Amino acid sequence: MCTVCGCGEGETRLEGEGKGHDHEHAHSHGEGAHHRHDTHHYGRGPAHAHAPGVSQTRMVRIEQDILARNDAYARANRSRLARAGILALNLVSSPGSGKTTLLTRTLRDLQGEMPLAVIEGDQETVNDAEQIRATGVQALQINTGKGCHLDAHMVGHALDELRPKAQSILFIENVGNLVCPAAFDLGEAQKVLILSVTEGEDKPLKYPHMFHAADLLLLNKIDLLPHLDFDVARCEEYARRINPEIPILPLSARTGEGMESWYRWLRLARESRLLGRTPLAGETA
Amino acid sequence: MHEISLCEGILQILEEQGREHGFTRVRAIWLEIGTLAAVEIEALRFGFEVVCRDTLAAGAALHIEEVPGQARCLACAGEFSLSHRHAPCPRCGGYRLEVTGGDEMRIKELEVE
Ligand SMILES: Nc1nc2c(ncn2[C@@H]2O[C@H](COP(=O)(O)OP(=O)(O)OP(=O)(O)O)[C@@H](O)[C@H]2O)c(=O)[nH]1
Ligand SMILES: [Mg+2]
Ligand SMILES: [Zn+2]
Repeated sequence: MCTVCGCGEGETRLEGEGKGHDHEHAHSHGEGAHHRHDTHHYGRGPAHAHAPGVSQTRMVRIEQDILARNDAYARANRSRLARAGILALNLVSSPGSGKTTLLTRTLRDLQGEMPLAVIEGDQETVNDAEQIRATGVQALQINTGKGCHLDAHMVGHALDELRPKAQSILFIENVGNLVCPAAFDLGEAQKVLILSVTEGEDKPLKYPHMFHAADLLLLNKIDLLPHLDFDVARCEEYARRINPEIPILPLSARTGEGMESWYRWLRLARESRLLGRTPLAGETA
Repeated sequence: MHEISLCEGILQILEEQGREHGFTRVRAIWLEIGTLAAVEIEALRFGFEVVCRDTLAAGAALHIEEVPGQARCLACAGEFSLSHRHAPCPRCGGYRLEVTGGDEMRIKELEVE
């Protein structure tokens, strides 16, 4: 149980902590997260009472999104990241599509050029974070236990812990799962979906939510295409049925083919985030 | 898969509302779930029971209204109901659609004491 916001996040663990996240750092995601909804009572009394004289029940109309709390935390994360000029990217895919491999290569290639940081989401193990840290880039692991996705509240805590530099790109590797992460906004600037060519070209039709929510599709492991009967054109056609404007970049995180386009995309996304923004006090360019 | 987290979200809202409006039991709850929201209703019912055990909502009746998918075609401006996100426009066959309804996940009202 978190002592600051009173959250009990079940099995979630931030790396380096015992159980729960019982820490004392400042909470910046409190703003607006707790009480924001339109509420009114009506129909007190007889109309809805079951058994008069036994217990008085009443109706409360609340009209609230089930994910309202997550969305409030996500808004707080988003504005905090925007203020610091941090480009946060939520990396989503099926298990094993190559998120960690892609990240490792990206970090090695770009860390001399701009500040980078990584949040790793996994149900168990800290293996992915260790692999990331071997590149020299700062990384924090969140273990979700049985949870099949990251949520905005966990990411808020991870930001307190990790403190990514102003103007950095923050990569958030979500739990490998094409269903649940689509529903949970983390406060990221964009969602990057990685699909590998070993998965079958009809994935967009099977998981339309994720393909609908994504801002960029990376088609990974194209080095394996000669050995497969994966139809790239058909896959792109399916993806664009769900998300007509989505940019698609075929690449191989193993051989490096196509990676330069991904880097261009990253540089442009970061540039457009920084252009015309007011730097924080004490921030160096 | 994420129905359990949705139920945890519901319970958090119930507890918050209980503090705010001074109720200690929830007897019944009305939800609106869109058919395009990727929620398994059966899994949601099961999760609700499990998550709410020993809470203010233990044993509460769950009423779920399913809201049909609605879309507008960006090519021909036709409006129609949508059963899957990847269904084409029935009028022109286009796939560029704007979903206008059916992705909601909302708590509508509660019966409390
Ligand atoms: N041939 C080939 N293999 C790749 C490529 N990218 C990743 N792999 C392999 O795919 C496997 C899974 O890669 P990871 O990077 O661990 O995938 P992930 O998406 O991080 O996996 P989870 O975090 O478990 O969901 C590893 O054996 C990688 O070496 C690629 O471009 N080509
Ligand atoms: Mg990984
Ligand atoms: Zn049409």
